[in-house]
Amino acid sequence: MDVTINVNGTDYIRDIEPRMLLVHFIREELGLRGTHWGCDTSNCGTCVVWVDDEPVKSCTMLAVMADGHRVKTVEGLEGPDGLDPIQQGFIECHGLQCGFCTPGMMMTGRWLIDKNPDISEEEIREGISGQICRCTGYKNIVEAIRWAAEHPKGSEVTA
Amino acid sequence: MQTPAPVDYARATSVDHALQLLEQHGEDARVIAGGHSLIPMMRLRIASPTTLIDLNDLDELKGIRVEGNEIVIGAMTRHAEVLDSAILAEHYPIFREAEKLIADPVVRNRGTVGGSMCQADPSEDLSAVGSALGGTVVIRSKSGSRTVPIREFHFGPYMTQVADGEILTEVRFPIRPGAGSAYEKVERRVGDWPVASAGVFVVVRDGVVSDCGIGLTAVGAEHFSAPGAEEFLVGKAPTEENLAQAAAIAADSCSPVSDQRGPADYKKHLAQELTLRALRRAVAASQGA
Ligand SMILES: Cc1cc2nc3c(=O)[nH]c(=O)nc-3n(C[C@H](O)[C@H](O)[C@H](O)COP(=O)(O)OP(=O)(O)OC[C@H]3O[C@@H](n4cnc5c(N)ncnc54)[C@H](O)[C@@H]3O)c2cc1C
Ligand code: FES
Ligand code: FES
Repeated sequence: MDVTINVNGTDYIRDIEPRMLLVHFIREELGLRGTHWGCDTSNCGTCVVWVDDEPVKSCTMLAVMADGHRVKTVEGLEGPDGLDPIQQGFIECHGLQCGFCTPGMMMTGRWLIDKNPDISEEEIREGISGQICRCTGYKNIVEAIRWAAEHPKGSEVTA
Repeated sequence: MQTPAPVDYARATSVDHALQLLEQHGEDARVIAGGHSLIPMMRLRIASPTTLIDLNDLDELKGIRVEGNEIVIGAMTRHAEVLDSAILAEHYPIFREAEKLIADPVVRNRGTVGGSMCQADPSEDLSAVGSALGGTVVIRSKSGSRTVPIREFHFGPYMTQVADGEILTEVRFPIRPGAGSAYEKVERRVGDWPVASAGVFVVVRDGVVSDCGIGLTAVGAEHFSAPGAEEFLVGKAPTEENLAQAAAIAADSCSPVSDQRGPADYKKHLAQELTLRALRRAVAASQGA
């Protein structure tokens, strides 16, 4: 079945099987390996991407369901002026160790701050509660998202 | 790696179109809403529909509104919208309390009210909310709409009144001035399905309970409800003793099974304790209203 899916601003036209999960479309059809795929049970959240501006577990959506929609992956975070503050935050606060959960955490983190620029630690913890990190104990992830909230896009970013 | 079996896909542009597609694709066609129960089942090949009919474009099935003295929730309304709804927060805080504990924020962006009702998982949280509040479910087929009382909608695990060729379009709840409501859930970890949950509404008038509803999930309550406990409580003063007695009757009417979420006797204990806690808070809210 022919689909046109806009990923990170580019329209991709592909002929795919309707049973293909969105995560596999992104990784295998488009070769965008930034989005990870971890659990097969909709629990880990490393596969989170945005569909039309909202985070979604891409292992629990068929690619055909995204036909005609916009998808944003971790590769789409970086802008012409460099890293997105959410990416910078993970660097500043050592928000990752192995990095497996990181793409999903960043996509949800960016959404949380867009919705609520003054987000509290508790709200961040609730916001990422559908995503699992086996390494960090979450503390630095929460701090990284807080850091990004305090350094909005366009403000001076320390390199 | 789990992959669904091969399947065809069609996107509906209206409810009528969806009904036509259902007819055209035969009895093994299934509608797909948020997909957050159906796709996991397709990955495990517990479900292998031949065709999926996608309802996600149907704006006519989305949203929460007041109509006369009823609240109407469209089948394609997402959990996230239920959680944030000012209308529901005003009339029935039970929705917000339940939704905060259903899955996680990302899953709540996709999962829908209609999907939850139709999935009919014996641990579905919204089924307990629905049973507590009573109300009706509207089901549409090519020959028209029919209305089914919520407590007759489910007739067993994963079984509902929705027949082949039919779609659930909305759920309707009566507005009850002065009602208090509350939801209590115990889960093994954040975002998990309940070990047990209880939801209630209570109207206290002139010092007695004039109306109440009790819903339970994951504990083998028939139709997710506890009518014996409601009967006991109506007409009585909402004293701690009466609430405790009602909670005991509710728990007695449940038949939980032991599974990986916990042993049956523990679940029965939870059914009693969570019903009691929800009743206490709903009574206080009604008295404060
Ligand atoms: C990680 C995770 C955690 C979860 N935790 C919880 C929890 O704690 N508590 C809880 O209650 N739920 C939980 N859920 C389930 C979640 O609420 C689902 O979204 C919901 O059960 C199904 O809604 P859906 O829109 O995704 O339905 P779908 O998966 O699209 O559909 C489910 C079934 O309903 C049918 N259907 C859907 N819409 C209609 C309609 N309008 N008319 C007729 N048939 C229809 C479909 O054909 C299918 O058979 C969880 C899910 C996940 C993935
Ligand atoms: S791979 Fe999607 S939730 Fe784990
Ligand atoms: S950094 Fe390793 S899983 Fe999160």
